[in-house]
Amino acid sequence: MGAIEVTDLAMAYGELKAVDGVSFEVGEGEFFGILGPNGAGKTTTLEMIEGLRKPDAGEIRLLGERPWPRNADLLPRIGVQLQASSFFERLTTREQIHTFASLYGVPTAHGDEWLERVGLVDKASTRVEDLSGGQGQRLSIACALVHDPEVVFLDEPTAALDPQARRNLWDLLSGLNESGRTVVLTTHYMDEAEALCDRVAIMDHGRILRLDTPATLIRGLDAPTRITVTPAQLEVGEARTLAGVDDAEEQVEGTVLVTREPARVVALLAERDLLDGVRVQTGTLEDVFLDLTGREYRA
Amino acid sequence: MTTLTKPPDSRTVSGGRRMAPFASLSKAILLGFVRDKMSVFFAVIFPLMFLVLFGGIFGDQSQSKIDLIQIGDVALVDDLPDGAAEAFEETFEVTRSDDREAALEEVKDGDADVAIEMDGNALIAHYTQTDPTKAAVTQGTLRAFVDGANVAASGQPPTYSLDVRSVEDDSLQTIQYVTPGLLGWAIAMSASFGAAATLQGWRQSKLLRRLQLAPVSTRTVVGARVAVTVAISLVQMAIFLGIASAFFGLTLTGSWWMSVPLLVVGTLCFMSVGLLSGAVTKTTEGAVNMANFLVLPMAFLSGSFFPLDAAPDWLQTVSKMLPLYWLNEGMLDVMVRGQPPSAVFVPMVILAAFALVLTLVSARLFRWETH
Repeated sequence: MGAIEVTDLAMAYGELKAVDGVSFEVGEGEFFGILGPNGAGKTTTLEMIEGLRKPDAGEIRLLGERPWPRNADLLPRIGVQLQASSFFERLTTREQIHTFASLYGVPTAHGDEWLERVGLVDKASTRVEDLSGGQGQRLSIACALVHDPEVVFLDEPTAALDPQARRNLWDLLSGLNESGRTVVLTTHYMDEAEALCDRVAIMDHGRILRLDTPATLIRGLDAPTRITVTPAQLEVGEARTLAGVDDAEEQVEGTVLVTREPARVVALLAERDLLDGVRVQTGTLEDVFLDLTGREYRA
Repeated sequence: MTTLTKPPDSRTVSGGRRMAPFASLSKAILLGFVRDKMSVFFAVIFPLMFLVLFGGIFGDQSQSKIDLIQIGDVALVDDLPDGAAEAFEETFEVTRSDDREAALEEVKDGDADVAIEMDGNALIAHYTQTDPTKAAVTQGTLRAFVDGANVAASGQPPTYSLDVRSVEDDSLQTIQYVTPGLLGWAIAMSASFGAAATLQGWRQSKLLRRLQLAPVSTRTVVGARVAVTVAISLVQMAIFLGIASAFFGLTLTGSWWMSVPLLVVGTLCFMSVGLLSGAVTKTTEGAVNMANFLVLPMAFLSGSFFPLDAAPDWLQTVSKMLPLYWLNEGMLDVMVRGQPPSAVFVPMVILAAFALVLTLVSARLFRWETH
């Protein structure tokens, strides 16, 4: 049995169908991602599973139990990070996590351990208002995990972070399911879902469009490979004549060759000594999204 | 149901300090308050400034002495028996002068209020009508002394006597009146601002949602917030009464301690005013402004700053419909009017009813989402 089972979940805000018939299952110890643009219904789905909202329709089993109405037996077994800095105002980092530790009835020492794990020991006496975005997210994640829950929900933990802080957080996140813990993460970053998740549900307009491992999603796309040669090395016309090249175009970063036989094309480029600075791009989840919805991905 | 294998790490660490959720929540809320300079200012310092203002500047509102110039010998005054002389000097600031013209000039210019001289057995008083109150007091007092002297001269014991006692009701000294009123206002502010800011702030940061998902009951969360606000109110009361007693001569009457339970119910009532403000607004600033918008006019209409005895009847009727009026009346009754402990019962019932109704209305109006 999975850690989470969701069947035909639906929820509307007035006319707007925020979640429209969603079904999926998350296995024990799995790192599960829900990927989609803003307003896709990710947060609403998550909040229904956590037990914050009553679904209009559908069934939810979280660790075998119904989360709605507020299920007090379930609460110590799950950890949540909501899509905001849900902190007590004007407390220091340490006071913050100690407060959460006591709410969950665990020793405050667990809080200190988690501060160390998320790398906030030297910020322990800093007030939460003075933490940077990344530090705040780390603390928020630590607060969600202080009682060592079996399932943890992270709602866009890297939103509004700069790329460097986002990468730093990935290192922390990727280890969260190591000890058998189930992790559910929402994100609107394709690369993040690709890097962290065992399986990804791509969501838009309240529906799940596709659900699979990132690799399978990309492979299933059958997208061509794009090979970019540094500028002024290869004429577009000449490039089109190369065997295996389906199309070519001139771009700022260089001549882009579109192919389904990358090995053959790379070999030809090697013969012409054009490999310096060459860039090879296979399909990404972004292409999958474009393919599924017929429109550009808007984060 | 399958039990999931628990990760072996931290849960096995069972030792270490634990804090009860109620205690740690209260601590978190209290720290959040004392570190918020604006809140502390509006809860404690700001009302205290008014106390110092009223107590210090308007404190001595009793009639100042009347400047009296005695021209030459005035037997009536010079020969007053000890007790009467003392009473005379309490009313008049006496200067002696032998220059009649200069003395009358002084009265004319307003530098002195009255000049007296003897003409045979008649006491002549020269005064101006510039200050009608002083003129009336001067006339009345001098007449009383002349009458007293006549009685004494007759050698008969007086038939009637006058024994004056202050009933300390309408004529409360300024500090006696303003301390309970300003304390009522201070508590109304801190309780309502605190509740309004907490409801809005916690909703916006999703901390309310987060606490919903923690294994603590609503009772614990609300209880901690109420406990901290009540504690703040009691500290405000201690500071107010301490400063007013120590520096401005506040004298508390017998059952003043009944203002403690009254204050607790009053705090709950104004927390509900804050909840209402938080429920109908969309931002923390909006919530606090709304609470202030309700509390400040209420403070004027409830006699927090000045008595409403002279206000028109309709205004006094309006005032009786406001919770702060009842908090102020109850505190005045037991703190300075010497009323029995039972005087706070009616105010407490009215405040509790307000608290209940406003909390229910707020619960109906509250929305999780701001959009």
